[in-house]
Amino acid sequence: MVKSTSKDAQDLFRSLHSAYSATPTNLKIIDLYVVFAVFTALIQVAYMALVGSFPFNSFLSGVLSCVGTAVLAVCLRIQVNKENKEFKHKTVVTNLRGIVAMFVIAV
Amino acid sequence: MMARCLARFLVSLLALAICNAASVSHPISDSHRSAALDVFVPLDGSYKSLEEAYEALKSLEILGIDKKSDLSSGTCENVVKVLASPSSALKDVFYALSVNGILKCKTGEDGPKDIVSKLQAGAKDAKLLLDFYYSIRGLVLVKEQFSGTDLTLGNAEAIFRSVKALSQSDGRWRYSSNNAESSTFAAGLAFETLAGVISLAPSEIDQSLIQTVKTGILKLFDSIQKYDDGTFYFDGSEGPISTTASVIRGLTSFAASESTGLNLPGDKIVGLAKFFLGVGIPGDAKDFFNQIDALACLEDNRFSVPLILSLPSTVISLTKKEPLKVKVSTVLGSKAPALSVKLAKALNSKGSSVINNQELKFDADSATYFLDSFPKNFDVGKYTFVFEILLDESANEKGYITEAQTKVPIAATGAIGIENAEIAVLDSDVGSIESQKKLDLTKDGVVSLSANHLQKLRLSFQLTTPLGLVFKPHQAFLKLKHESQVEHIFLVKTSGKKAELVLDFLGLVEKLYYLSGKYEIQLTIGDASMENSLLSNIGHIELDLPERPEKAPLPPLHPTDPYSRYGPKAEISHIFRVPEKLPAKQLSLIFLGLIVLPFIAFLIGLTRLGVNIKSFPSSVGAATSALLFHGGIGAVLLLYVLFWLKLDLFTTLKALSLLGVFLLFVGHRTLSNLAAASNKLKSA
Repeated sequence: MVKSTSKDAQDLFRSLHSAYSATPTNLKIIDLYVVFAVFTALIQVAYMALVGSFPFNSFLSGVLSCVGTAVLAVCLRIQVNKENKEFKHKTVVTNLRGIVAMFVIAV
Repeated sequence: MMARCLARFLVSLLALAICNAASVSHPISDSHRSAALDVFVPLDGSYKSLEEAYEALKSLEILGIDKKSDLSSGTCENVVKVLASPSSALKDVFYALSVNGILKCKTGEDGPKDIVSKLQAGAKDAKLLLDFYYSIRGLVLVKEQFSGTDLTLGNAEAIFRSVKALSQSDGRWRYSSNNAESSTFAAGLAFETLAGVISLAPSEIDQSLIQTVKTGILKLFDSIQKYDDGTFYFDGSEGPISTTASVIRGLTSFAASESTGLNLPGDKIVGLAKFFLGVGIPGDAKDFFNQIDALACLEDNRFSVPLILSLPSTVISLTKKEPLKVKVSTVLGSKAPALSVKLAKALNSKGSSVINNQELKFDADSATYFLDSFPKNFDVGKYTFVFEILLDESANEKGYITEAQTKVPIAATGAIGIENAEIAVLDSDVGSIESQKKLDLTKDGVVSLSANHLQKLRLSFQLTTPLGLVFKPHQAFLKLKHESQVEHIFLVKTSGKKAELVLDFLGLVEKLYYLSGKYEIQLTIGDASMENSLLSNIGHIELDLPERPEKAPLPPLHPTDPYSRYGPKAEISHIFRVPEKLPAKQLSLIFLGLIVLPFIAFLIGLTRLGVNIKSFPSSVGAATSALLFHGGIGAVLLLYVLFWLKLDLFTTLKALSLLGVFLLFVGHRTLSNLAAASNKLKSA
């Protein structure tokens, strides 16, 4: 049983990897940015866990800014993804440029 | 001898019943003599009338003050003038003769004859008591002063009867037969007159007449008044001093003549002497004269001379251990005969006697008797010492009379021991002690207490007499004085073994006028028997009382001492917030590095993904706006860094808004350029 599960996990991982390679480069950049932001937030949380939350404000600002940019990037990714047919562009700007501009301003 | 002793014993028994109250009399002393100089010596050396002159000179003579040389010239002139003039009144002649008797002026040889005839005529024609008095007494004086003259009173018995006719049944005398008004003063004058008649009469006056006078005298003694301490006096319209003096003068002169055989009761003599001694130093010349004259009569009379027991000091100090001194003398301060003084009883305030039948020793140098040893159980307090005087047998030829028992109030003082003095602050209901301090009341302490209105203050101490008994002081006060000078005084009550005061601040809040703050505590303990009475500043108490409600009374306004309020206050010791424990520097730096790592990983990932900037416009216009756009974003990031390091929010926001507007324009231009470029590509 164990052997089969580990083999299943490896298969699963390989299929994910191959599927992911197919995504366009734009989206990969956004994904990378999101991962970067989340990692930064996680490191900050780990730091706070270690030394205590003395300047609690600092902790909050750091974590929430990372999480905020991550959320905005995800939002951008949704709007830019061509394969995402359910999400009809109900935004003010319909083209790609407008969406990126909005993202930049939001950040 | 035995009979005399018995008689004396009986008399002393009688006196016992009368002498109840305790008092101390003092004989005539030097203070009297110095006062006499003020009262009797006139400023300009002359007297207003011969009567005044006589009174002043007689008093000075009795007191032994010799001022004759100063005063004689002016007065003598007056005397001679009066005596020489044929038209002088009887009264003036009488007083002129009296003054002459003292000053012994030179009146000339033919003076007496005219005066004698005048006085004799006056005596014969007299109707009023005063006329009889002046003429008879004048004749007596002439007889004394001019020894050569031979005068007799022919109608002595008739004069006696006519004077006697003015008497009344109650012992008093009238001034004239017409006037019904009678007085005791007149009785004295009458006695003197009658005594003069007896002495001037050529032959014996009928004994029955004298007997009626004696009964009259006894009747007069019925009207004698007395005070509780055994003092006797006669009262009348002229005042007690004048009336009593007049009676004494009359009685002594009446008793001086052998034929009368008058014996006055001894206790009354002593009582009358005490009355005059009790007057003190009179301010009025007439009262002074009357006092001195009466005392001189008492001192020198034939039947019984009163002796006075006096004490220079009525306080026995148990710490100084000095003997108690007693003096016995006559009323004018002359030496007493040989006698012994005995302390019969020493009664304490409870009524029991602590010393019995102690004989006092005699010191011949100072002529005082003293008691130098007191028994061991002689404690502080108030006593009544009962002294008895026993005359030696040798003194009996001149009859001396004393009070049977002289009661003297004596105060015994001593050092009172103060023990177990302590002050404590108690919590109200439970009574548990919050803070307690021992006090040393002989030193000013610096006790510092604090209490709020729910607590109580308790002060307690024990006072013991030198013998170890519990002592209850007359005064035991605790004073609380606020810094605004408002004071409150409380009594410390003694009960049982100790003195204690409990101040319940809850009940006293209104009395203290709701004034919170620093109160000074002062304790006062005092008593007449306490030689070490004390006023001790115990210290301070800081009271915390609630706020004053609307209707509570305001404290009385006192000028506040500004220095106490605006002076330096106690130093405040600040307690700072303990700084938070910061983590070690290295740990923070490590994590800083860790944070940077994902960023680096991001950049590496980007390059691996093949990020390029091919779409960057190459034409000048577009390139500029693109550059500006990216530069603007870089500036915003820089602004964030500056905000973190140095700037405050307001400047940052101002700069950010400016940059934001700039970026909008530039961004719009870049995007429009890019859109135009892509359209071109699409169309091309």
